[in-house]
Amino acid sequence: MLLKTLSELNGTSGAESLVRTFLQQTIEPFVDIINTDKIGNLIGIKNDSLSGPKVMLAAHMDEVALMIIDITGDGFLKFRPVGGIDARILVSKPVQINNSQVGVIGAKAIHLQKQAERQKALSFDQLYIDIGAKSKEDALSKVKLGDYAYFITKFEPFGDGLYKGKALDHRVGCALLAELLKNDYDFPIVAAFTVQEEVGQRGAKVAAHHLAPNFAIVLEATVANDISEGSDEGWITELGNGPACSLMDSSTLYNAKLIHWVRDVARQNDIPLQFPRGIGSGNDAGSIHISKVGIPTISLSVPCRYIHSFASVISEKDYRACYDLANALLKELPNIFEGSSINFAKEDQF
Amino acid sequence: MDMDLRILEQLTQIFGPSGSEEQVADFISAQIRPYCDEVINDTLGNLIAVRHGTGKKIMVAAHMDEIGLMITHIDKEGFLRFTPLGGVRTSNLVGQRVKFNRGRMGTIGVEKIAKPSDFKLDKLFIDIGAVSQNEAEQIVHLGETAVFVGDFVEVGSRIMAKALDDRIGCFVVIEALKRSKSTNELVFAFTAQEELGTRGAKTAAYVLEPDLAIAVDVTATGDTPKAHPMSVKLGSGVGIKVLDRSLITPPQIKRWMAAVAAEGNIPFQWEVLEYGGTDSGAIHLSRGGVPSGVISIPTRYVHSPAEMVDSRDVQAAVDLLVSLLEHPLE
Amino acid sequence: MNPQMKDARDFLSLISIASGVSGYEFSIASLVRERFEEFSNEVERDKFGNVYALRRGNKNSNKKIMLAAHMDEIGLIVKKIDSRGFIKFTSIGGTDQRTLLSQEVLVHGNQAIPGIIASLSPHQFDKMESSQAVKMDEMVIDVGMPLAKIQEVIQVGDIITIKRQTYPLLNNLIAGKSLDDRAGVVAMKVCLEELSRLKHSHDVVAVATTQEEVGARGAITGAYTLNPDLAVTIDVTHACTPDLKGQVTIDLGKGPTVALGPNIHPAIYRHLVESAHFHRLPIQIEPIPGHSGTDAWPIQVAQAGIPTGLISIPLRYMHTSVETLDIQDVLNSGKLLAYFIASLPDDLEGMLCY
Repeated sequence: MLLKTLSELNGTSGAESLVRTFLQQTIEPFVDIINTDKIGNLIGIKNDSLSGPKVMLAAHMDEVALMIIDITGDGFLKFRPVGGIDARILVSKPVQINNSQVGVIGAKAIHLQKQAERQKALSFDQLYIDIGAKSKEDALSKVKLGDYAYFITKFEPFGDGLYKGKALDHRVGCALLAELLKNDYDFPIVAAFTVQEEVGQRGAKVAAHHLAPNFAIVLEATVANDISEGSDEGWITELGNGPACSLMDSSTLYNAKLIHWVRDVARQNDIPLQFPRGIGSGNDAGSIHISKVGIPTISLSVPCRYIHSFASVISEKDYRACYDLANALLKELPNIFEGSSINFAKEDQF
Repeated sequence: MDMDLRILEQLTQIFGPSGSEEQVADFISAQIRPYCDEVINDTLGNLIAVRHGTGKKIMVAAHMDEIGLMITHIDKEGFLRFTPLGGVRTSNLVGQRVKFNRGRMGTIGVEKIAKPSDFKLDKLFIDIGAVSQNEAEQIVHLGETAVFVGDFVEVGSRIMAKALDDRIGCFVVIEALKRSKSTNELVFAFTAQEELGTRGAKTAAYVLEPDLAIAVDVTATGDTPKAHPMSVKLGSGVGIKVLDRSLITPPQIKRWMAAVAAEGNIPFQWEVLEYGGTDSGAIHLSRGGVPSGVISIPTRYVHSPAEMVDSRDVQAAVDLLVSLLEHPLE
Repeated sequence: MNPQMKDARDFLSLISIASGVSGYEFSIASLVRERFEEFSNEVERDKFGNVYALRRGNKNSNKKIMLAAHMDEIGLIVKKIDSRGFIKFTSIGGTDQRTLLSQEVLVHGNQAIPGIIASLSPHQFDKMESSQAVKMDEMVIDVGMPLAKIQEVIQVGDIITIKRQTYPLLNNLIAGKSLDDRAGVVAMKVCLEELSRLKHSHDVVAVATTQEEVGARGAITGAYTLNPDLAVTIDVTHACTPDLKGQVTIDLGKGPTVALGPNIHPAIYRHLVESAHFHRLPIQIEPIPGHSGTDAWPIQVAQAGIPTGLISIPLRYMHTSVETLDIQDVLNSGKLLAYFIASLPDDLEGMLCY
């Protein structure tokens, strides 16, 4: 299964090669041109010779991870996060370095702590990885400065129609994009599997610039905080209620007409859709929509619990619905274009 | 069968802090003597009743003692300083009335407190209306204990009173003992000094060497506003203990108790208590170990002058105990 | 890795992954029984769940040596299921709440159901400088099922364990959950195995005890039941890590520790140290000024008093789910026990009095 492989592959910002290689092999049969650009984005182009709007589909490949920044005299590894990681989730976990060497992040035994210590979170400065090395030299035989450590989590079905795995929040978009590329559309499609989203949507900025599309759809996962019993205010999205179409996040204010169009297409096709409550963090759309003269962009997300943690959770139904919605939108897309610009004929209805 | 709540009322109002359980023992002894083969008072103050039978030896325990205050100092103006006997909460004390064995009442006052964190037990005192040290010493003596004043009141299906912990347990055992037709060897221990660390139960279990034991005691609930999360609710059935600080109920005992409850259509709820303990904590570690369980009566405001139980839960507890004694674990 | 070490590692791995929270040791007990049978004359389980493996001595001695290592582990338990199907829990045994977030768990309901521990106030990963630990009361377990379905398979009171395999690290180190004190159980098995190659006068009873993590309760009843002439407990002890410099002086890989102090009979301590020196086994000395926090504490005062010794396997990150130890220390513990037992005088002269 595509999503399983993508979830279990390791690749953080600036080190996406395993993911890129796998995706390259996966999409090769379905695109006309395939290449990797100067920053590492994997680009697939389909129907380049056709006229009509050029549509960019974007999903980022990188996940959050830990970078080894120092090795102590007695062989323990110090690290810093690549992307947003809450240090509190790291305690008492195994991690994998260089796809081979396992290490553990431990903590001082509860017996040796004072009561007050247990109320304080452990910070990155206090944490370290133990690979069983006897000394700095011993550790250096397995690990170099700048290596990355990744979460170890099996991708598996979970509960009632859900999936659990690491990096789902990052790789769901890749899986959706790769699947969409198998379809035929009668306009040019440029697929960008981007790098360095987690450190500032840097890959997408470059890709949007050189691909210069007329329209862009960003595919990803978004926060679902739907676990509190009382009020649902902070939930953002809810698992099982369909894909989310972003209204606004910290890097993009989405075009209202486009959002209405998405809503209508979802209704016409009987696809569940939700709008996020509250403002999420930004994604590749932030770089794309302000590229050059500006690119009309929408962002479709699969709701995901526990993003940026060891075990994130999505609903299979939401994943399917997100695919269906993206596909339906692509099929409808030529109708709202006149030449290379969007024209909403029935504008007064909004 | 209807319970006789008048017996419960009397039980709650008897004076019986840890170490001074004699009056409770006398009252219970009078109640149960006709139903038992032997009734014994042991050295630690336990009341032990035996009903001979042929099957397994089953021990049932409920503690007679209640929490109290012990006088440690009488000052020149006749105010009394005290130390807690058992788990007394300082926040429950100010303005409460207390009562000594010989009937003298007092109220609890507090020194001027500068800030809330200074509110400690040693800032409190008992005023028994004496105007001098000399007068006070005529009425109470050092080491004498007092208990809360807390009337027995029925409010709907609920019952409020002091010392429901654990006179409600004693009541359940008395009722079950009267009703039981079990042919097993039954030993009923009404124990002393539970509130000081299940001391009575420890010696009783050592002497009795039971095959199986059930303690009957109160447990907390999580059904009051912003309570500590806990699934137990007042009125939702008798509690079957899963664990507390003193005992992890063996899985086979849990299954047995739940199966007997289900068989008799007796409403029950699983009880996971994150603090506290019961007599079963001491009993299950006696000698080579005694498989032990606990019947819990959901109780709000435990260790206050107005503890509250629901009479339907009490009925369920009696029904469950009767059934368990008749269908012991193989 | 030699066959004995590989065997020890595989057994440790097997019982580390198994679940056996205090009071619920049934399945771990069967695994232990099965592996002890090979080197024992009799294996029994008492009503408190303790497993006793008897290996008869070569002489018609009436002396009985008790070995004790606990097989239970710390864990979690369902205390409430909320209206949306998320599970509130509390701990059994000493659990640091900071080790729980984002863990995969198994809820042992009608069957083992996978779950994930989440924070009720989800972390703001972009505001990662939160200095407050998330409290256990603010965490829930997500099993990804609607309430009605959960109620069919999970009840209040069901046990929860961390889902964790073991991981080999460099230099014969191994990391995993509940190595405290499954490593001690493995050491007892190594001892029985070694004894099968040695001559020993006395009967040896290796006891895998229950409920140590909630107050050494299995050892209380087990020692009463067995009433041995002499007892040695095998547990784990804190090994030094960068955050414990100056606080802990025991190192991983330098051999088991031999304890001394009020919990320990001085003659047993001396004899353990002498056995180690004679057989050139590395040991570290661990002075303990009071409560040893192990089964040795209640065993010493069981019945009319039992001369007691304690050896401990150095372990990092105790009570986390990535406890780490050196397999060689486990092997050396088992060997030390065997040499100690084999060299005891027939009448236990000097061991039974001061």
